[in-house]
Amino acid sequence: MSTAYQSQLELTYDVAARAPFSTVLRRGHELAIIDLGGNQAVDFLCYDANDTAKRYSAAATIAAQRNIFLTTGSVLRTQEGAPLLTVVADTCGRHDTLGGACSKESNSLRYGQHTRFQHACVENFLSEGAKWGLGKRDLVSNVNWYMNVPVEEDGTLGIVDGISAPGLEVRLRAETDVLVLVSNCPQINNPCNGFDPTPVRMVVTSSGGGE
Amino acid sequence: MSTTATPHGARDHARAQAGTVVETMPSIPASTWPAPPPEVAPEALTWAETVAGGGYTHKVLARGTRLRLTDVDGDACAHLLLFNADQPWERLNVADTVKVQWNAYLGPRVALLSDQARVLATIVADSSGRHDALCGTSTVDGNTERYGDGAPQGPSPAGLPLFTLAAAKNGLGPRDLPPSLSFFQGVRVQPEGGLDFTGSAGAGRAVELRIEIPAIVLIANVAHPVDPRPDYTVTNLEVLAWRDRPSTPDSPEWTHSPEAQRAFENTTDYLTARGIA
Repeated sequence: MSTAYQSQLELTYDVAARAPFSTVLRRGHELAIIDLGGNQAVDFLCYDANDTAKRYSAAATIAAQRNIFLTTGSVLRTQEGAPLLTVVADTCGRHDTLGGACSKESNSLRYGQHTRFQHACVENFLSEGAKWGLGKRDLVSNVNWYMNVPVEEDGTLGIVDGISAPGLEVRLRAETDVLVLVSNCPQINNPCNGFDPTPVRMVVTSSGGGE
Repeated sequence: MSTTATPHGARDHARAQAGTVVETMPSIPASTWPAPPPEVAPEALTWAETVAGGGYTHKVLARGTRLRLTDVDGDACAHLLLFNADQPWERLNVADTVKVQWNAYLGPRVALLSDQARVLATIVADSSGRHDALCGTSTVDGNTERYGDGAPQGPSPAGLPLFTLAAAKNGLGPRDLPPSLSFFQGVRVQPEGGLDFTGSAGAGRAVELRIEIPAIVLIANVAHPVDPRPDYTVTNLEVLAWRDRPSTPDSPEWTHSPEAQRAFENTTDYLTARGIA
């Protein structure tokens, strides 16, 4: 019998446009992130749930896989290099490790001071992280699922039009107990979500009969 | 009986070591550094040190300090972290640095941005061009796998435990360590996202930073995490700093881009409010 046959639904939750979300994945559980409306950037941080000082490191992840993009087979690692999550399925094909989260502060640089009062991902991370005892020290460069950030030959980099579409899905397997923090990006000033934030669906499953 | 078998003997032995000069050590005071840059008065020097391969160092630098890192022998790799010295929860943000300035590579006039959209330091000169803002530093497990050891006391120290030590000496813990930059060993991104390691530009290349906010500077001189060479290869790093002036609105870094200009404006706004502009 296949794993998919045995899987049990643990949680399904639609994260509203611009809203935060968090959950703990038990080791072996899988989290599917479904881009319901298409081209919605999903800002994402993860921590070892048993020791949140061990947290996702974009740099360690990039260095270990020698590639800046995430897709099937990519392993999200802590700054010490330990695996937190593995991408086990991906119908989009490419996800960002470089751009980090929007903040009220960085928006002031990218667009101007008039954006200071707009909502931003760092606000979501701070408020949702506080529920788990996490603070500003715990926020580091994050994954952006479905966000397209190419790097040109001269190093020019930027968030460009998305390559996602409604219904595309990325599926992650927890390699240890993992705390997941999500900001369903509220950005309205760049193409990361087509200038129009939309909801995303979180589906957590466990393998029913196996372990 | 040996000469160090009594406290008097041991004291004499210890004191007789004073004045020993080795290649990798700080000059204290910095003004005693034997070869200051021609344009710099020796008494203006505030930091002068040669960091061995596999070593680390740290210092708190004043606003307006010029910091020059030199790859003396061609295989240094200076991993760098910066914090606002007055409020160290504000720290280097690599993602904002590359995203806000629309470029993944480090070079002249790049501002090193904090998470509060301010300029911690700027790159004001660069004769290397082989740097990296993407891969961070090396880990104990990674170095153990590649070289057989990654511990600080071993033959092939990793960057992360050295940063952890340097951070601890400034009252900071592991949670305070974000991704770092590295200088003198470069990486380039291929169209499909793969990384090419460019290695060093050669001996004697230097990069100069201007400190724009009072800053805690942590430096680990260790092999780059994607250096493909089978042996742990890292040579001496020279660190010199001297009193200079912070950027002004007519500095080329300030006017380099609209994003940089707003970052400097945010910085001035902050420093003015604190009374240190």
